[in-house]
Amino acid sequence: MQRYSGFSLVKHALSHHENWERHWRNPTPKKRYDVIIVGGGGHGLATAYYLAKEFGVTNVAVIEKGWLGGGNTARNTTIVRSNYLWDEAAQLYNHSLDLWKGLSQDLNYNVMFSQRGVLNLAHTLQDMRDVQRRVNANRLNGIDSEVVTPEQIKEIEPALDTSKNARYPIMGASWQKSAGVARHDAVAWGFARGADALGVDLLQNTEVTGFKIRDGQIYGVHTNRGDIEAHTVGCVAAGNSGVLAKMAGIKLPLESHPLQALVSEPLKPILNTVTMSNHVHGYVSQSDKGDLVIGAGIDGYLGYGQRGSFPTIEHTLQAIVEMFPMFSRVRMNRQWGGIVDTCPDACPILSKTQVKGLYFNCGWGTGGFKATPGSGHVFAASLAKGEMHPIAAPFSIDRFNTGALIDEHGAAGVAH
Amino acid sequence: MFHIFCPYCQEYREEEEFHPSGQAHLVRPADPASVSDDEWGDYLFFRDNPRGIHHEMWVHRLGCRKFFNITRDTTSYEILETYRMGEQPSITAANAEVRREQGVQTADGGWQTVGAQPENSRLNEETPS
Repeated sequence: MQRYSGFSLVKHALSHHENWERHWRNPTPKKRYDVIIVGGGGHGLATAYYLAKEFGVTNVAVIEKGWLGGGNTARNTTIVRSNYLWDEAAQLYNHSLDLWKGLSQDLNYNVMFSQRGVLNLAHTLQDMRDVQRRVNANRLNGIDSEVVTPEQIKEIEPALDTSKNARYPIMGASWQKSAGVARHDAVAWGFARGADALGVDLLQNTEVTGFKIRDGQIYGVHTNRGDIEAHTVGCVAAGNSGVLAKMAGIKLPLESHPLQALVSEPLKPILNTVTMSNHVHGYVSQSDKGDLVIGAGIDGYLGYGQRGSFPTIEHTLQAIVEMFPMFSRVRMNRQWGGIVDTCPDACPILSKTQVKGLYFNCGWGTGGFKATPGSGHVFAASLAKGEMHPIAAPFSIDRFNTGALIDEHGAAGVAH
Repeated sequence: MFHIFCPYCQEYREEEEFHPSGQAHLVRPADPASVSDDEWGDYLFFRDNPRGIHHEMWVHRLGCRKFFNITRDTTSYEILETYRMGEQPSITAANAEVRREQGVQTADGGWQTVGAQPENSRLNEETPS
């Protein structure tokens, strides 16, 4: 792999930047791999990268039916935070946040991780109680959460309407300073380039059409480019997880919904941080390019169409204008949707299945982007050792039958 | 934006008046105290989530406030039929293609049948509900 540095930039300038290497190869599938990852989004690529780098498993294929990072990795609103209520979730997301901090250096690829902080607004007394409870829980887990007053909020984010005249006056917020945003595409490309350099085969335009299972043990997959063998298969397919599970004869407690986002025309810098509100139900940040990045709720019905409905757009923008009245005349540039695999308890599934050697990493629902490195890391550890990593263990699929749910609807709040 | 035919109001109304309420035809175990954890968990949390034909419950929240069922394609979002609670769908994943080829009645241009008993009697014979 060609390393990127200031020196390489100068060197390539001399040849008019025409001789940069390709980020990754485009290999033909081998007959056999040690591990197959189904799904070439951020989580799948991160899993492959950490498998090769930390656990010495380099004979790995990532099978992607479209192109790398073309699903929810390219469609999310790039928020990274870890202020979750319950211990299990806090550990998972905080593990991820720790990896985010050194990710650009680790990958030698600028993922533009910017720790600009996240505000979670409270508009009612109950909101305030929830915020205080969550902040206290966060602090016990070593997360840098704090409760801030409307005056402090005004200082952090002057554009926000903190007046008493608002329809839903702001009573306070939780503030996580180490949270922020990252460039989503760069995350997928960085992990893909890193994994490829370590020998992982990234197979694009390759669709899994079935699993080869004998006596309860997986030994490969059928694809549109022929059969590929492996005794360990990890499915990291977000909205399409249910479709894969059906092929393997497994039931998942997931429902796939469209979640949409919008960006505005580019503006001069106006927002300092990420602002989210569960109650008004919207969130917004400003990208480095200047666009306002806006999102809100999922469409309530099932959908695989990667597009959302107009009523949801209308509700989203109502929420944004309620929080930031000055944005009422900003024009929106683009709108799109992704398929999110929502779980009944708003927490992911990282689990073995009843098929030996077949693992699922799914159910991230509306907030999986922030967990990309952490999810990849613990899932890689689980695939390499054949035992779920301690951080991943509570997220077993068994919890829906044992009752040990991890209810994060409060922290997940508005879909993001 | 969906334009949904409420089988109780017998009218097309806009999506905004309705609210989706998840998979239809789930049967609550008759004696919850006697089922195993596995069965109870399956009933509470595990859903079909198909890519294609899906039967789902909706409520006419800002209208008659009654629950009813919709058969809808989750990839094209096309509403294939709406029918009352207690009725069975006439279009299922198994017979959807057959019916499409037979050209089921279209309601205002869309491929939508109204109610569980389509007026086309031939269809009733071939696809008993």
